[in-house]
Amino acid sequence: MKRILLKGGHVVDPATGTDERLDLLLAGGRVAARGRDIAADDATEAIDVSGLVVCPGLVDMHVHLREPGREDEETVESGGRAAAHGGVTSVASMPNTTPAVDTPAWVEFVRTRPCDVNVYPVAAITVGREGKVLTEMSELAAAGAVAFSDDGCSVASAHVMRMALAYAGMVGRPVIAHCEDLDLVRGGTMNEGLASTIAGLRPVPAVAEEVMVARDILLARATGGRLHVAHVSTRGSVELVRRAKGDGIAVTCETCPHYVSLTDDDVRSYDTSTRVNPPLRSAADVEALLEGLLDGTIDAVASDHAPHSLEEKQVEFDAAPPGVIGLETLLPVTMTHLVDPGTITLARAIELLSLNPSRILGLPGGTLAEGAPADVTVFDAGGRQRISDDWFLSKSRNSPYVGRTLTGRVRLTVCRGEIVFREVHDASDCDGDALRDKSCERGELPVRA
Amino acid sequence: MNWTSKHLLGLEGASREEILTILDTAAKFREVLGRQVKKVPTLRGITVVNLFFEASTRTRMSFELAEKRLSADTLSFTAATSSVKKGETLRDTARNIEAMMVDMVVIRHSSAGAPHFLAGHLDASIINAGDGAHEHPTQGLLDLFTMRDRLGELEGRRVTIVGDVLHSRVARSDVWGLTALGAEVTLCGPSTFMPAEVERIGVSVTSDLSEAVRDADVVNVLRIQQERLDGCYLPSLREYSTLFGITRDRVAQMKPDVVIMHPGPINRGVELAPDVADGERSVILDQVTNGVAVRMAVIYLLSRARAAERVEESEILAEVGL
Repeated sequence: MKRILLKGGHVVDPATGTDERLDLLLAGGRVAARGRDIAADDATEAIDVSGLVVCPGLVDMHVHLREPGREDEETVESGGRAAAHGGVTSVASMPNTTPAVDTPAWVEFVRTRPCDVNVYPVAAITVGREGKVLTEMSELAAAGAVAFSDDGCSVASAHVMRMALAYAGMVGRPVIAHCEDLDLVRGGTMNEGLASTIAGLRPVPAVAEEVMVARDILLARATGGRLHVAHVSTRGSVELVRRAKGDGIAVTCETCPHYVSLTDDDVRSYDTSTRVNPPLRSAADVEALLEGLLDGTIDAVASDHAPHSLEEKQVEFDAAPPGVIGLETLLPVTMTHLVDPGTITLARAIELLSLNPSRILGLPGGTLAEGAPADVTVFDAGGRQRISDDWFLSKSRNSPYVGRTLTGRVRLTVCRGEIVFREVHDASDCDGDALRDKSCERGELPVRA
Repeated sequence: MNWTSKHLLGLEGASREEILTILDTAAKFREVLGRQVKKVPTLRGITVVNLFFEASTRTRMSFELAEKRLSADTLSFTAATSSVKKGETLRDTARNIEAMMVDMVVIRHSSAGAPHFLAGHLDASIINAGDGAHEHPTQGLLDLFTMRDRLGELEGRRVTIVGDVLHSRVARSDVWGLTALGAEVTLCGPSTFMPAEVERIGVSVTSDLSEAVRDADVVNVLRIQQERLDGCYLPSLREYSTLFGITRDRVAQMKPDVVIMHPGPINRGVELAPDVADGERSVILDQVTNGVAVRMAVIYLLSRARAAERVEESEILAEVGL
């Protein structure tokens, strides 16, 4: 394995409180040394990263890789390429595939597919994600499941959820809750509010999410199980989690880039790439999410990367499946909408994107401390890029950011000590189509579907 | 004022001038409808397809008649099931229609935004004939036409819309059109039938029918759809009728010259008493007549705008030598 020396970058590592210009030596798949003026020997590739941010590889704790079942939309391998392009070195893959990841064999399958980045499977809470019978959580954990989730829907039965939290607690894994009361959703497709009143789409009230967040928090308190609330999107949910944390309940939560950068007003275009679940919310909800990100109520930002084929998305709004791709825009949207406006610091962003999700799932990465895995992301914090259809390495294109210009441009991604993405840069302005100059260490540009 | 838009997707955002252009044009076509030969050659050679993905009798007939009166070639297609259930996507349906060199598509669909989707994929002009709970702009325009016919200019007039506003695309188109013309709109109905934050679009909202109709110049009564009666939106039709039904006694409390409207079809004895529907304050059948004239005006104006756009395109092409 080649040794890599990252020279003169701005190292941001919240776990060690590092926020300064340092050299970083990667060797043996580990962070071997950090310091000023580390010298490179012949066996070391020295890369000048001055002017760029060097941070622990991003950990995206909510990703749909679609394999097994919908390999036309994404595979573990193509998702891995997209992750590397987005500076993400670890992904937690959701089990709502076809079939669902609910046996040790399927966990093993997902975990061992060829992939440029680390894949940590999340296994289903219930067999077939049917909300009835608990999966063999102990064996699933032994096979590598890092958490349990029936993501895509809630566990409707409070009894089953109570047992799941208790049992997963025993196994030492968190339960990731998709909070949505379908009885209140009633087939709705956009957030209830002024925008849905004007657009005439069937509304989903915020309370459809909040009653489930409240229920699951109470069940976590009653069982002592560890609850992680996925894709928090409303003011009420933020308030519930804040109160629960204040009460000492073992709860963490995430939100997604689209919930802090877009609102239900964007849905009025009927663009199906704004159809997500939970739906894009109001400006007041966005405000509450920003407060939650700032005060620590929200622990992580995850993409909820949900690839869908063009055929499935090029339909009437109501008929389109919910979900957007996000692995590649996770960092740029965070930079553009959270760091650039001054809402959060760069260090806090890295905490949300790497350290915290890593800790919640008990993963080895999330830090650049000496001895940590050589999972590193190097990006140009001020570099801009115009997002176009052919910019993505994911197999799917369902992104609401197509046509937008975002800052925060990934320049190098190292996973397990190997360069998995690298942008060759000609020192010219990074705007516009400069990405055409991009090539990979592997020599060839990855194939674009 | 010239009409420049190729599509009519809704009345939201339409200016007072644009709406008046349509209404004034419709007045001319209504005159045509009174002649013995109720047909003009205006749209000869133009092909219009009526694409109805949701059951409709009067709107479809009204459009067909309007198209025929303008001498357009027309074709109607009704599929009660959605395109998805049929297995063909709306996009493929659209592309097939395009391949048949159609100039204009009138679409009704249960999904809000379906007309916008077509407008994004087709070169043809698109007329929204009702999409989900979004808009039904030609119904809104014929309501405006009928009100204006009775009351003159609508600036400062008070219009009350009663009923299931939540599920009503007619109410939404009416609100946009009326507010653009300076009328004051009150929405009245049970709280379960009021869309979220609807007062923010510039209307008054109340559940008190007496208060809502007392000073109204127009009372537009919405249809209660049977499928909403799952026992949660409304406990019973009987209670709805007691609280919000427009009866002779209610009309007696209104202004003597109040105009009573209904987009049809009427549930007689539920939202509207039969003697009121057929009474002297009702303009319900005028609405139907005016609907044809208004749709003629819309089809005519859109096809002219599309032709103008094509002329511009060909001029540009001529300039570059094509």
